[in-house]
Amino acid sequence: MSGWEVVVGLEVHAELSTATKLFCGCPNRFGAEPNTLVCPVCLGLPGSLPVLNRRAVELAMRIGKALHCDIRPSRFHRKNYFYPDMPKDYQISQYDEPVNVGGYLDLPGGRRIGIERAHLEEDTGKTTHLGGGGRIHGAERALVDYNRAGVPLVEIVSRPDIRGAEEARAYVAELRDVLVATGVSDGRMEEGSLRVDANVSVRREGTGELGTRCEVKNLNSLRSLGRAIEHEAARQVALLEAGGEVVQETRHWNEDEGRTSSMRSKEESHDYRYFAEPDLVALVPDEQLLEAAGAGMPLLPAERRLRLAELLAPRGGDVPAGAADQIVTVVSLGLDDLVVAAAAAGADVRLALARAANEAARAPEAARGLDPAAFAALVRMEAAGRLSATQSKSVLSELIEHGGDPAEVAGRLGFEGLGDDALEAAVEAVVAAHPEEWDRFVGGEEKLAQFLLGQVMRSTGGRADGKAVAALLAKRRQGAPAEPGSRR
Amino acid sequence: MSAPGGQGGAGGSRPALEVAQAVRAGEVSARDVLEQALEQIAGRDGELRCFNAVTATAARAAAEAVDGRVARGEDPGPLAGVPVALKDNLCTRTAPTTCSSRILEGWVPPYDATVVTRLAAAGAVVVGKTNMDEFAMGSSTEHSAFGPTRNPWDLTRVPGGSSGGSAAAVAAGLVPVALGSDTGGSIRQPAALCGVVGVKPTYGVVSRFGLVAFASSLDQVGPLAATVEDAAAVLEVVGGHDELDSTSLPLPAPRLREVLAEGVGGMRVGVLSDMLADASPGCAAAVRAAAEALTAAGARVEEVSVPELLHGLSAYYVVAPAEASSNLARYDGVRYGLRVEGEDVETMNARTRAAGFGPEVKRRIMLGTYALSAGYYEAYYGRAQKVRAVVAEAFARAYLGAEVLLAPTSPSVAFPLGEKTADPLEMYLADLYTIPSNLAGHPAMSVPFALGEGGLPVGVQVLAPALGEREMFRVGAVLEAAADPKARAPLAAGARA
Ligand SMILES: [Zn+2]
Repeated sequence: MSGWEVVVGLEVHAELSTATKLFCGCPNRFGAEPNTLVCPVCLGLPGSLPVLNRRAVELAMRIGKALHCDIRPSRFHRKNYFYPDMPKDYQISQYDEPVNVGGYLDLPGGRRIGIERAHLEEDTGKTTHLGGGGRIHGAERALVDYNRAGVPLVEIVSRPDIRGAEEARAYVAELRDVLVATGVSDGRMEEGSLRVDANVSVRREGTGELGTRCEVKNLNSLRSLGRAIEHEAARQVALLEAGGEVVQETRHWNEDEGRTSSMRSKEESHDYRYFAEPDLVALVPDEQLLEAAGAGMPLLPAERRLRLAELLAPRGGDVPAGAADQIVTVVSLGLDDLVVAAAAAGADVRLALARAANEAARAPEAARGLDPAAFAALVRMEAAGRLSATQSKSVLSELIEHGGDPAEVAGRLGFEGLGDDALEAAVEAVVAAHPEEWDRFVGGEEKLAQFLLGQVMRSTGGRADGKAVAALLAKRRQGAPAEPGSRR
Repeated sequence: MSAPGGQGGAGGSRPALEVAQAVRAGEVSARDVLEQALEQIAGRDGELRCFNAVTATAARAAAEAVDGRVARGEDPGPLAGVPVALKDNLCTRTAPTTCSSRILEGWVPPYDATVVTRLAAAGAVVVGKTNMDEFAMGSSTEHSAFGPTRNPWDLTRVPGGSSGGSAAAVAAGLVPVALGSDTGGSIRQPAALCGVVGVKPTYGVVSRFGLVAFASSLDQVGPLAATVEDAAAVLEVVGGHDELDSTSLPLPAPRLREVLAEGVGGMRVGVLSDMLADASPGCAAAVRAAAEALTAAGARVEEVSVPELLHGLSAYYVVAPAEASSNLARYDGVRYGLRVEGEDVETMNARTRAAGFGPEVKRRIMLGTYALSAGYYEAYYGRAQKVRAVVAEAFARAYLGAEVLLAPTSPSVAFPLGEKTADPLEMYLADLYTIPSNLAGHPAMSVPFALGEGGLPVGVQVLAPALGEREMFRVGAVLEAAADPKARAPLAAGARA
């Protein structure tokens, strides 16, 4: 694949977290008994008419705001094609006048991916094929559940700015974080509330023109998205290198077989016969709508990452190595507020970030409930050397699990109370017990520092701060008496 | 040719408002009124075939409920006890809603159309569902899958269409009022051919919720009645904003009865001269006589030429089929109505639609599908939309000099059954004068005015700009008073006698 560039554009369908469907009052809910959340409108019964759900419009515009789109007057069209899970045999969707146009999404790595459009449309029902191994052809019966029919969707179409499988996954993960953070969607790919189609093409590195693309469907997880793009790109490269041509078509990703196969060619593609939906009026974003769309807009992931980066490296300096990944982790788990609070309380930012990205990240749900003041106090104690790293981690997990005051928890765990005198005594006792090793250490055998430190940790039951012990050993070797409080 | 409905007698043939007044006053029970209507229907409908279904049981329950309200001293509503017939494309829980199509035969909707709910709330009693051209596609009611309705004036002739069953039922005195739907003239043209009043309101004045769609941007529900006042009363009941229809105007129903006596003194009326040229001599003469009557009543009448309006026909036969091709896609055999099994879903769809739709519906679905297809869209649908805008602009110019316009409703009187069924284009021309108002979304009404060729009734069409219903009805009332009494269905004639 060397010498080739993989170009990807993604179409992400996100179900909106509205209480009701897009054009009727039926509940928008996943997992109910089939065909229990339906009415004449979402069943497309003769004579029924759609009435636009204002909340869905607000949420669509909220997505537009979060993706820096131009929010415009828009209208709905009918996309006509026969399919049993589409009750009216047309889908009400936005076509050439979508609500959100233009925009971008900044990825954690710093790349900016352009957004072409983000438009509103209704979801279809769901067909289950019985017999014939569940495949459409050969199935004996098809059962349709219309609970999902009419659920509001926003289709977010990226520009072909994405380079390769890894970036595609990063884009979808970031987009999902934005959708969840803004409360517009629950972003659950496994429940189908977030669905992705990938337009994949390849071109020789350094070429400006886009290659012929294939649209890959049936990508049900970030993993299948990555695998499918890798496979599809490799297929196209092999084809081109063998002197062949890529045919524009829609391809189906088979997760089990790990390959894509042709669904339909461009010639076989539907003629959707779009025309303006006469049952709905034009949608004009008035002040009220725009205000509701932006109400309570939280900091977005990119803004949260920037906030942490600025704390770590004020005045535009470089973020320390290793911290960038931790920032991404902390923000995607929603633990960045803890770090910000700790920084505000005067705690060491780097240490706070490390504890959030490593220890707190193991139980993010519970950690998000952590009292920021307690977290800040803990980080301060560790930075001050009053707790060893090991001790600090233990206290943190206790705080996450049960809450409380870090000093009190540390005391209860027996971590505090190992004062400077006690520590010095412990060191002296170890030196006395192991004179030979001590002498070799004094003679310059550095690896024995580790042995002596281990002995101190053992004799104190792990309560000693390793850094403090190392400092005491070093000072004692220099012949100077260890001064309490001069360890840092 | 004699006016129809004679043998029914005037007993069951009273204007709706007289019936309502008598019921409200306790002079007659809604139940008795209903039984008379059911008797009339039983006696006449075998030969007329106005009804696809007569809903006697539900009607008796509704009538008794009205009588109960009267007995308890409650307000039974402005249409208390008035028997009403509904075109069979209006959804009713109490009866199948078939659109006179095999594909919906036996389908009972789980809900009532908004207009049906409003009629019931006003005390009206629905007696049945009337025959129509299949999915409202036609001008003679001959395209019904259940056989044609016959014109009560001459059983060998068509009642017009597509609301032919409703028009004939009113003309024969089976019911005083009925609802129809008008996409290109489907209320006004049968009203004219049957000698009754028919009104197509401004688009958005009456809710379309529960009206089975033919062409959504053109469809509008409206009344057919023996008198202008009854038509006004029904429109006042069914009109007004409905939140279930996004295209419904945010306005209350127009107040019409209060203006009926205002006359037309000083009103400027334009006679659409282009529409007189191709009309039959009888139809053209009726319009000229109507113009004279309005002049005599104090209106300032002038002939105006608005030739663009006649281009509406070709635009209509692109726009309406295009929307229909989409609206009728849902009849696929999956959820309701007819299903003809096949080995896969595509075959089932195709067989169901082949068996369920009649030839005219298929013709229009094909026309509309073609007009929307990639590569043809601009040449057909795009161009038709432009013509539609041209028609609206032409109307706007005409209304600079007139509050209302006058034209024939139909180019001819009722034609013999079978005369036009072999030639779709000939049939399409029947709507030449009514289509422009649908394209513009304007109101228009047909008022029976004179007898034309063969002693058959001729309707004069009054056109008005959007929301011009009040001016339109003022003109309608003056024309009704000036009309040849023999041109009107006997129901109202009897009432005046
Ligand atoms: Zn619903």
